[in-house]
Amino acid sequence: MSAIDRPAAFPVNWPARFAWIGLALYTAYATSILNLTWARFLTGLDNGAKFLGRMFPPNMAADKLDLIAVGMVESIQIAVLATFFGVLLSMPLGLAGARNLAPGWLSWSARGLIAVFRSFHPVIVSILFVKAVGFGALAGILALIVSSMGFVSKLFAEVVEEMNPKQVEAVRATGASFWNVLIMAVMPQVMARFVGLSVYQLDSNLRNSTMVGIVGGGGIGAPLFTAYQRFDYDVVLTILLLIIALIMLTELVSGRIRRIFQ
Amino acid sequence: MTQAAPLKAVLAIRHLRKEYRPGQPVLKDISLDIDGRGLTAIIGPSGTGKSTLIRCINRLVDPTAGEIMFERQDLARLSGQDLRMARRRIGMVFQEYNLVERLSVIENVLSGRLGYVPAWRAFLRKFPEEDVTRAFDLIDAVGLNQDFATRRADALSGGQRQRVGIARAIMQEPALVLADEPTSSLDPKTSVEIMELLAEISARRDVPIIVNIHNVDLARRYAGRIIGMTGGEVVYDGPPAGLTDADLKHIYGGEDFL
Repeated sequence: MSAIDRPAAFPVNWPARFAWIGLALYTAYATSILNLTWARFLTGLDNGAKFLGRMFPPNMAADKLDLIAVGMVESIQIAVLATFFGVLLSMPLGLAGARNLAPGWLSWSARGLIAVFRSFHPVIVSILFVKAVGFGALAGILALIVSSMGFVSKLFAEVVEEMNPKQVEAVRATGASFWNVLIMAVMPQVMARFVGLSVYQLDSNLRNSTMVGIVGGGGIGAPLFTAYQRFDYDVVLTILLLIIALIMLTELVSGRIRRIFQ
Repeated sequence: MTQAAPLKAVLAIRHLRKEYRPGQPVLKDISLDIDGRGLTAIIGPSGTGKSTLIRCINRLVDPTAGEIMFERQDLARLSGQDLRMARRRIGMVFQEYNLVERLSVIENVLSGRLGYVPAWRAFLRKFPEEDVTRAFDLIDAVGLNQDFATRRADALSGGQRQRVGIARAIMQEPALVLADEPTSSLDPKTSVEIMELLAEISARRDVPIIVNIHNVDLARRYAGRIIGMTGGEVVYDGPPAGLTDADLKHIYGGEDFL
């Protein structure tokens, strides 16, 4: 009898319950609006299988391979150049955005800029740069520099904010200038993480560089898109396999680079 | 009867006051002279302002009021470039060593020269040759093998790290060294070794060292002067021999620990 008087062991969390119900209702509503039906999904699977079937075997004709090679090499160049310059610019921007290092006005402006860089997908930024500097690799490079800066400098600023302040204080106590504190107390603490972020960004730029070509930003994207539109699915497969090989290769290389800088 | 000329004070603190929150002073009107030699130990319970006092001297903490005269300048009023120049003359040793963990021992020791070395030299690690030579000598002088020079600081034991911390402070060629609980993270045997080293350095290089310390026995054994603090005030100032149980009772409150 006394069990009735004690408080509930697992009281109902009403706000959470309402949130779940709301999510379920919205999902049902959105599904009905967008005309998603099971039948369409099943036909889609069938079409997809046919599509995949038409991809095999990959097209290895010499003239196609030459064309693809040019595009792939350009994509790699876009990725490497964009990573190099993007990461280089991310270092000062990230340091400026770190609230434990920069004065308030500077860190807030840096953070504002980073937020703008992060707002748009690389493809949208590519469209802007294609309009500005014309078709070709330059537009793709500029677009990926912007997205690299958005990602690397935001996370780098966070890394700097998490550093050990005691090590910095000790170097400051020797009478070191701001720049010397940066060089001998801040950078040693954050450099390894910065390299890690940069390598990750190279990885991600290699993937994005295969895509900026779709909107005219240079690289393998243009031939890939053309092949799709001309129903040359065997060429599409060749390109996709090469992209997969490239990403796996960078995975291998980036692991090595990280280990060098532990 | 000729009286020895009074030693000129290296550091003269006058009416030093520090409030982290207005109206709640951590240091109340501290006045002290530190003269040119030996170890001065500051003892007192935790939270009594020992650390704050030491940190006010090299301005890792900004005092609320008062004067800190050092080399004909009031440290309390310095800022920017002048403060940096004054800090170069004051070495500091920390409880948790505060070495830059990812740098090598020699880089940490050479950090003591960062007040003198331009940024491009620090960046390229092109420290002046005589600094590098002196850094090696100091690694030796604090009791480490010179083979340690290229090891990373995070590969060292606590005692070894504190030796590197001391070498970094001495590398500055300081006129004064501040040591904030230098033995509190170390085992008893290593604590003795570190105090021994500080006392030896102070005597040999003729540099006064102010040590915050919890261990009253170590303070008595190595310091030439003991300052007892409680509640943000100095309640004992004199030789170790004069420190009585009654004084300790006053400093720490209660007597169970005696």
